[in-house]
This record gives sequence, structure tokens and C-alpha cells, in this order.
Amino acid sequence: MSELDAFRAEVRDWLEANCPAEMREPVRDEGDVCWGGRNWVFKNDAQKAWLEACVAKGYTVPDWPKPYGGAGLTPEQTKVLKQEMKRIHARSPLDSFGIWMLGPALLQFGTEEQKVEYLNPIARGEIRWCQGYSEPGSGSDLVSLQTFGEDKGDHWVVNGSKIWTSYADKADWIFCLVRTDKANKYQGITFMLFDMASKGVTTKPILLISGNSPFCETFFDDVEVPKTQFIGEINRGWDVAKYLLGHEREMISGGGAGGDMVSIGGAFARAFGKNAAGELDDPILRAEMAAFDVDVFAYRAMGERFMDMWKTGRAHPASSNMMKYVGTELNKRRHELVMSGGGSEALEWDSEETKGGARARGWLRTKANSIEGGTSEVMLNVIAKRILDLPGA
Amino acid sequence: MPLYHNDDQAMLKDSVAPFVAEQAPVSHLRSLRDSADATGFSRDLWAQFTEMGLPGMLVPEAHGGLGMGHMEAGIVLEEIGRNLTPSPFLSTGVGAVAALAKAGGTQAGRWLPAIASGEAIVALAIDEGAKHRPDRIATTATRAGNGFRLDGKKSFVLHGHVADMSIVAAKSDGGITLFAVPKDAKGLTADPRRLVDSSLASHVTLDGVEVDADAVIGEVDAGGEILDALLAATRTGAAAEMVGVGQGAMDMTVNYLKERKQFGKLIGEFQGLQHRAAHLYGEMEVARATVMKAQQLLDEGSEGAKLMVSVAKAKAGRAANLAVREGVQMHGGIGMTDEYDIGLYMKRDRALAEYMGDVHYHIDQVARMNGY
Repeated sequence: MSELDAFRAEVRDWLEANCPAEMREPVRDEGDVCWGGRNWVFKNDAQKAWLEACVAKGYTVPDWPKPYGGAGLTPEQTKVLKQEMKRIHARSPLDSFGIWMLGPALLQFGTEEQKVEYLNPIARGEIRWCQGYSEPGSGSDLVSLQTFGEDKGDHWVVNGSKIWTSYADKADWIFCLVRTDKANKYQGITFMLFDMASKGVTTKPILLISGNSPFCETFFDDVEVPKTQFIGEINRGWDVAKYLLGHEREMISGGGAGGDMVSIGGAFARAFGKNAAGELDDPILRAEMAAFDVDVFAYRAMGERFMDMWKTGRAHPASSNMMKYVGTELNKRRHELVMSGGGSEALEWDSEETKGGARARGWLRTKANSIEGGTSEVMLNVIAKRILDLPGA
Repeated sequence: MPLYHNDDQAMLKDSVAPFVAEQAPVSHLRSLRDSADATGFSRDLWAQFTEMGLPGMLVPEAHGGLGMGHMEAGIVLEEIGRNLTPSPFLSTGVGAVAALAKAGGTQAGRWLPAIASGEAIVALAIDEGAKHRPDRIATTATRAGNGFRLDGKKSFVLHGHVADMSIVAAKSDGGITLFAVPKDAKGLTADPRRLVDSSLASHVTLDGVEVDADAVIGEVDAGGEILDALLAATRTGAAAEMVGVGQGAMDMTVNYLKERKQFGKLIGEFQGLQHRAAHLYGEMEVARATVMKAQQLLDEGSEGAKLMVSVAKAKAGRAANLAVREGVQMHGGIGMTDEYDIGLYMKRDRALAEYMGDVHYHIDQVARMNGY
């Protein structure tokens, strides 16, 4: 047995012993997702037990080094762990912007002290982070951001506002882009970290077309931030932000792939019925769903290749932009088909049978996929410039 | 296995890519076309392929080949596609080998070494109408004397008029049977037609062709599985070739965007073209990954291979088609001229798209394999 096979066997045994049956059920709604943080209330004992088991093993962040709360797994071992979790339909033990975004930035740019101080509480699900990037006047043109940190010697005084801060009303800390030099556009931004409980921080949820409020407007009114709480160099936060955007794109692009090789047409045919020939009883919808299945299965292969290449340094550094573009456009298409397939039933907004209009709300939510984390149009600009090397792009 | 080429595969690519680009660039296709070459490919080039061991790549070592996999064959096919090289590699070195190796027995022993040594060209006589419908084979195999009598018509048989042997799929009493029909068989005629991409494909007539019982590839009535192996290999190979065609067309077009000036600017500065080129890049990358996944699953003998092969043929078909259409459009007027190569890419893509099932056929297969 190869080392990797031995590892797989070990992981299998561990999962069998430690992943509670309830945590192998599909995620039904937002309440089933474990975000952790100071104010987190576990939905049930199983959610708590599953998180604690993973924390003890370093499996909330399996590929992070052990001193930072990870398990120190190799890329191959991490892939095996993910495959084995998927095999038993194990839920993610902890969803976290700390894991997905701040962590990678700290690992790349943080000091040793910062890594120990910030990464461990992220890995344990003790501190929930949110991201302060966009501002009302700075969307795709993010670098035009205006939130300003005035230098007061040992601290900054931050004033301004952020928008689209995910779960800012529930987060404990924020990682935030703040202008610290008004004369220098790109090299005048600092990547700051501060407590959302700081004096002068307020949040206001934004009601979206889906009827949900996962995002907030966040206001900073003379917020004091110690001048030790930044990553990288002062005025060089844009480098960190660019690096992180790559990770965000990676994360969002995963949405289009959607779990196993699940066929949208197959799922719909089971619900809707088939004709005598065993075909989905709506030939044009069948054709569209089948064409979508081809694209989504193809994109899964792309996702596998992208991750294999990304983790071994073979991928073009801008290729996450392509993944994000293709993945989010696919996910929007998926939800258009889900709505078509669901017919008038899928229009219901709050009925019990539709789990509170899950399809309609989910469909509307996906329209943001190709806007957040860089619009599709910006992604295409980046591909044109950095990969295809087209002029003047 | 990670989904990228390992060191050995990268080395293979490093030797095959310059070889094909130097020995058989697009000008090679043009010279065959312009001289109305009657063979459909260059025998000299095939001899060079043989020196490199390429025809026998997939042939098991016991039969004198290299025992490589579809991932390796795909590397060669991509270069064939990129250079629009006329070659019997796909039908002979991939499709025929997959069938014979799967079947084993007398015909495998007879033909696999001959393929590996470059002596035998093999054609695949599967299709019967204008569209690929391998589940509706009408050609019949009737028991006669010590063997069988074959009657029927086959179409779109690439290299059929020069093949030393044709693999013929026929309906037998209890199923499908595949036969190895040698070129001199009585009653076998091949009528070659020049196709849009200048290749030659034959209408093959089997008029009471008598073959011995040992002409059967595998077992009587059990040709379905062997045919499946042939189809999976050939479809995956055609998809790999299409990735080469699409990539070649895309590279040529992106370069053109960096050279051509209008309104005092390089046309590649216009966002309207940049976004289309960037979209195409994404589609081609996805197609490439999909084809590699199909190759990998075939090489592993995985159950999921059949689905992924259809996904790959459909996805590569869509992506390459986009590449050649955008290629001609973005080249503007000169894209319509015979002098520029981009039109030749469009022609080859069209022929490959149709070969062994088009996009629509494979999308339908994906639906069926998923139970709808």
C-alpha cells in the first residue's frame, strides 16, 4: 500500500469515528452552515462535536502548518481528505472568510507573530472575520477607495464606509483596505485588521432582491486602530488585496461545479417525469439541460486540473480569473434552468413546500456571482491583458 | 493522478510538437491538396511517424508497440490538429488499435504488429448514413460456408480507399459483430470523396463480401463492447485533435489582433474583441481539461469514462467551433481568402466535429447516460 493509500485508510477510519450522522446530511439552509465566532450558537450537538473533532485534528484547515492550527497535510493528502469527506457527504465543519481569505494572506504576508496570533483562532472557529473592500463609490474600480486612516503616531483614526461586507453584523473582526496616503493611488493603501467591537464601528444590513441580507454597509466613525494591526507593509496593502482577490475568485468559481457529477436533467426528470421513450418530457428544456450538463461536467474537469496545477505552481497566475468567470456564468445558467424546470412552483416566495422560496431566492442570489469579487467584464479584461497579452488592455 | 502532463508526457510533447510543426505544417496539407493527392496523406510522413514509434503507441508491447495510453496519443493528436496534418493516425493508431487490443485473438495477432511497424493502414467502417448512428447498424453478417457474408453500405470511412484492412461493424444473428475485412476482399469497393477539409473519405460497399470465421474481431455477436472501445478511443482522439485545431486557430487569431491596425489602433485594443478572445480562451482551457480527463479515465479503465468521452467530444466540439468561427470573423476579409490558413482550420474543424458523433449526438448521449 502506498503512503497515500495508507493515509486514505486512516482518514476513512477517522471520519467514520468522528463525523456524526447528522453532519452527513445535505445542507438544507443557512442555519446548517457553521460559521463560528464569539457569538456563535451551535444548531445542535452534532455541529459542535464535528467542529471540535476537526479542530483537534487540524482538519478545519488541513493544509495549514500545525503551529497555526492546521494538520500540515500535503496537497495530495488534502485532496484525499476532501475526496473522503465528499464520499460520505460530510458537511464542511467550518465556513469562514478567515480560512478562505485572510488566512492565505497571512500565510503569504504575515509575520510569524501575526500568524500564530490570528491563524489559530480562525482554525478553531473562535473569531469570525469579514472583509472590508468595496465602497459605495468604489466597485470594479476598487483602487479608488476613499476610507481614510489618519496617522496619529501609534495608531490610525479611520473614517469612511464600506459596502457589501458579508455578514459584517455577525463578524468579530474585519480585514479592511484603508487609504493611508491620498497622493499615491496604488501605493497608498494599507491592509488593516481591527475588532468590529471597536468604538465607532456600525453596520447596517442591505436588503437584496432575494429578500435576504447577507451583506452590510459598514461605517467607521473615528475608529482607532493600533499601528501594529496591518499585514504586509504600510501603503502596500494593494499587493495583499490583489493576492487575496485571486483566492476569492478561486472560491467563488467553485460554485459552478456544484458537488458531485450531479446531472441537472437527471434530477429534474426524477421530479418531473419522462415520456414513453424515457426522455424528459419537454424536448427543448431537455436539450438545454443536457447542454448545461456537458458544460458543468467539463468545468468540473477544469476545476480539477486548475487545482492540480495551482497547487504545484503550474497554473498561470491569472487563471483564477478565468475560473471565476466561467464558474459564475455557469452557476447563473444553472439557476435559470432550475427556475424553468420548477415552473410556477418555483415562483413561490415563502411557502413551506418551497422551503421559503428557496429556488426563487437562490436564483436571484446567483445574479451577484458575476458581480462580486470582480465582475465578469473585469475578469475578461484581466484575461485579455495578463494571459492573452493583448495591447492596451 | 494529477490532471496535467507528467515529465515523460511533457518530454513526448517536446519531441512531437517540433517534429510535426517542421515536417507537416499547414503548407504540407496545402501541397497535398494542390497536387490533388490521391492517397489522402503522405506515405513518407507516415514512415517518419513509424520511425518515432507513433503508429504503435497504443499497441501493447507484446504486439510490438509501446503500450502507451490515450493521454500520450492525445499529445500527438493535438499537434496533428494544430498543424492540420493529414494522417491515418487517428483511425489506425487509435481507433483500430483500441478495438483489436480489446478483442485480442487472431486478428489482434495479425494486425497489431503490422500497425506498430507502419505497414498497415486500417479504416473504420462504422457509419452508414450522413449522421453517426452506431446503434442502428443495418449492414448484415450472414453465416455462409465456413464464415460470413457481409452486405451493406458504409459512409464517412476515412482512408477507406487505401486501407489495408477495414474494421466493419455488422449486424449478426444475435448482436453486433466486428470483422477485419482485407482490402482485396471480393465484393468490397471503396469510392473516395474529397471532403471540405481536403481529406478523402469513402463510401464503402460490401456486396456479398465473403470472409472466413476467423475474420471476426473478438467473438461473434459480442462486438458491442469492442465497438464501444473503438468509439471511445476514436471520439476521445478526435476531441484531442479538435483541441489542437481550436488552439491553433485561437493562437493565430490572438496574434493577428496584435498586428492588425484599424482606426489608428491595433484591433486587439478594442474591448469588443478582447472580451470575445478572453471568453474563447476560457472555453478552450475547459475543453482541454475535459479531454485530458476523458483520456485519464480511459487509461484507468474507469466506469466513468464513457460519460466523460461524450462530454469531451461535445465540449471540444463547441470550443473548437467557437475558435474557428471567431478566427475567421476577427481576421476580417482576409479570413475569407484561401491564402490565409484560418479558413483551413474552419474546414478541418467541421469534418472533425462530424466524425464519430457531433455535438448534438453527444449532448443527447450525456442526457441518456444520466437517465433523461
